[in-house]
Amino acid sequence: METLIIILSGVLVSVATYLILSRSLIRVILGTAILSHAAHLLIMTMGGLKDGSVPLLGEEASSYTDALPQALILTSIVISFAVTALFLVLAYRTYTEVGTDNLHALRGFKDE
Amino acid sequence: MFIVNLAIIIPFLAAVLIPLLNKRFSGIHIGWFVLLVPAALFIALIRYIPSIADGETYSHTINWIPSYGINFTTYLDGLSMIFALLITGIGSLVILYSIYYLSPKESLSHFYVYLLLFMGAMLGVVFSDNLMVLYVFWELTSISSFLLIAFWYHRKRSRQGAQKSLLITVTGGFSMFIGFIFLYVMTDTLSIREVVSTISSYTDHSLFLPAMLLILLGAFTKSAQFPFHIWLPDAMEAPTPVSAYLHSATMVKAGIYLVARFTPVFGGDQVWFWLVSGVGLLTLFWGSFNAVRQIDLKALLAYSTISQLGMIMSMFGIGSAALHFGYSTESVVYTQATFAALFHLVNHSTFKGALFMVVGIVDHEVGTRDIRRLGGLMALMPATFTIALIGSFSMAGLPPFNGFLSKEMFFTAALNISQLDIFSLSTWGVLFPVIAWTGSVFTFVYCMIIVFKPFLGSYHEEKLERPPHGAPTGMLIAPGILAMLVVGIFFFPNLVGNYLIRPAMSSVFPVLASAAELGQPISAWHGFIPELWMTIGVVVAGVFLYIFHRYWKVVYKLFPEKWTFNELYTFSLTQLEGRSTTITNGYMTGFLRDYMVYIFLFFIAAVGGMLFFTDAFSFDTSGNASISKYEWIISFVMMAAAIAILFAKSRLTAILLNGVLGFSIAAFFVVFRAPDLALTQLVVESVTTVLFLVCYYFLPEWKKEDAPRKTKNNNLIISVSVGAVFVLVGLAVQNGKLFETISGYFENAYELAGGRNIVNAILGDFRAFDTMLEVVVLLIAGIGVYTLIKLKARKEDETFED
Repeated sequence: METLIIILSGVLVSVATYLILSRSLIRVILGTAILSHAAHLLIMTMGGLKDGSVPLLGEEASSYTDALPQALILTSIVISFAVTALFLVLAYRTYTEVGTDNLHALRGFKDE
Repeated sequence: MFIVNLAIIIPFLAAVLIPLLNKRFSGIHIGWFVLLVPAALFIALIRYIPSIADGETYSHTINWIPSYGINFTTYLDGLSMIFALLITGIGSLVILYSIYYLSPKESLSHFYVYLLLFMGAMLGVVFSDNLMVLYVFWELTSISSFLLIAFWYHRKRSRQGAQKSLLITVTGGFSMFIGFIFLYVMTDTLSIREVVSTISSYTDHSLFLPAMLLILLGAFTKSAQFPFHIWLPDAMEAPTPVSAYLHSATMVKAGIYLVARFTPVFGGDQVWFWLVSGVGLLTLFWGSFNAVRQIDLKALLAYSTISQLGMIMSMFGIGSAALHFGYSTESVVYTQATFAALFHLVNHSTFKGALFMVVGIVDHEVGTRDIRRLGGLMALMPATFTIALIGSFSMAGLPPFNGFLSKEMFFTAALNISQLDIFSLSTWGVLFPVIAWTGSVFTFVYCMIIVFKPFLGSYHEEKLERPPHGAPTGMLIAPGILAMLVVGIFFFPNLVGNYLIRPAMSSVFPVLASAAELGQPISAWHGFIPELWMTIGVVVAGVFLYIFHRYWKVVYKLFPEKWTFNELYTFSLTQLEGRSTTITNGYMTGFLRDYMVYIFLFFIAAVGGMLFFTDAFSFDTSGNASISKYEWIISFVMMAAAIAILFAKSRLTAILLNGVLGFSIAAFFVVFRAPDLALTQLVVESVTTVLFLVCYYFLPEWKKEDAPRKTKNNNLIISVSVGAVFVLVGLAVQNGKLFETISGYFENAYELAGGRNIVNAILGDFRAFDTMLEVVVLLIAGIGVYTLIKLKARKEDETFED
């Protein structure tokens, strides 16, 4: 299971990297969103998967799954959501002000 | 003795006070107040001459950074006495001269603040016993000289000259600093006196030679030695009092001082001997040779300063040979070169200061320094002419002026050294008197040019900018005093010899001082010895060359203009600028993609390379949890969705595929027994998708990537590599658990925090600080979104058009 998830997040990282390297601003934002998915999956995997019960003390289980990565991911989800939202609005403003979302055309000036 | 520390501090204090005084007493020329400082210091120092001559030295320490051994330690001995007297004495005369030279319309307080800064720094250089403090003052002289050269900062040439001198002297100063650190590493002390007393046990140290070379580089750049002399002629853009003070009498002698001070440290070495005397002789020849071709009087004097400094430097080099022999009595002969060097140092300061002031007077009264436009000024300025005559003839080495004595001694030293049988001198030693003599001939020629071209010949009023008139008396006082000194030292040389130079000799040769009599009585007449015939030869050849000057001037045309060191300097500066611009423009393209490529490539190289070279990768599936068919399905759906985003034709597809990813992760969180995460992920993914959809209407059309195929292929390779490195690191870490998780502690959530939900207890209790700041992040993002949408400053001018 762990190996599968790591390979899955590796695929997500590759896709995210490819999107970040592209010239369209919206693709770059999408890439960062996917990169955060991959990061969350990796954190989860590092804590160990499926060994133990849901981390609720009422469950009367013999062992619980690792709760710390879950707390970390929860924080991370919120932060990446905030950043994505800000990026989106930034892209929207950039597009309305400049009229393009092509990063190649967004370069300040050409001196060549 | 505290007064020496005070002597360094007083000019700095005065520099602080000058702007205040200038405002308070605007009626009086501020220079008069400044004049008090060096004059008082000069008188205070003169009082110590008798006790210094008796062999006493004074030192005083004020703690600065004792834990590093860096203390403000001053040391007054014969050597620093000579320099300090020159600095304060010539300083007083230059300030007196500048009072008449600079008009009150100039920004005088700036001028005198810089000058006082320089004076304090220079006193600090010659008095400091601590290497680090010496370096501090050394750089201060560079900086204040920079400020003074660019005093008329609105002129382009002033700024260029200042920049050039700063670049060259600071480069040398910095290398000297490294040399000092090497010395400290070797001897474990920063005190020059302690270095001198212990250096003999470190002469085989591997840092001995590098330290020597680096310190010499500092000395050579500061004292304008070949090939670092190029900054000095350009520094002539400074006001003439500055040129007279800094660039003839004091700052350029800081390098000489350094060589003299470090002769007891490095002097016995062959490399030191050849470098100091060889570079000195080369500078002597090159400077005098180039001085003859100059048409600007100040440039001519600059090259003559270079040449004279080379002469002093070479004499210090020759004198250092004496240290090779240690105590033996025969070595005393060679120490006479050092005696001559110190003597000429004093003489040069007197006559060169006077000559610069003379040129300043000519410039001031006539409006030009170009010798092609000057002529016949003798009748108009008889006093100025007299001083110029005295200064030039002294520089040429003619009796009855002090330059004659030092030149004779220089020839003696050169002749003596050519017969010495160490350092392979038997082969090359004959070059010393030959080059010395040739250099002196050229010196004679340019000295004649200084006297005869502007003052004799025919007078052309039409070439001058304004009708000339005699110099004001006030301007003549300072050069007059210097000229009197020039003559006075010739008639009473032993006064200088006994009271100033003999004590300095024991500073340069501390080991020999106890064993041998270092001073010698200076006499103007030795009888018909080879030196006299050499001088007569110089005069004959010099007169011949001067008369037929116009016929052999073609020699200078033999060297193309582009093969000078100035051109080399300019070329290397422009090349340096051009190349670094090209390189910077080459990788700072301004495109986000390029920078991301650098980051990703660095990640691949550093992390992947580390994995590869340290053999850290391990792969083991034994600890893995089992996979059910649902998890297989979700995984493959996610992979397919992720890859499909790359091929999405519309942005709606892309957004929905991103939603698929998010909701699949939520499903995974369910599988992984993380209910809170699943909830949050569902909500956040819904909101994000909604946000994307809201923006959908406003965002640009989802176009196909227009990048060239090659870029796309590169992107593909990079992204696959990044993913691969990521997977490898993940697997390696997954299989290399070092210790048990600490999460068992959080299972006490009910006892410690009163909550049954462990994740919530961590978020709200154990690690609530994270949560607080996460909320702040959300808040900031919210404010950011709001302001980005609401605030539209640039719309203003658009509404104005409506």
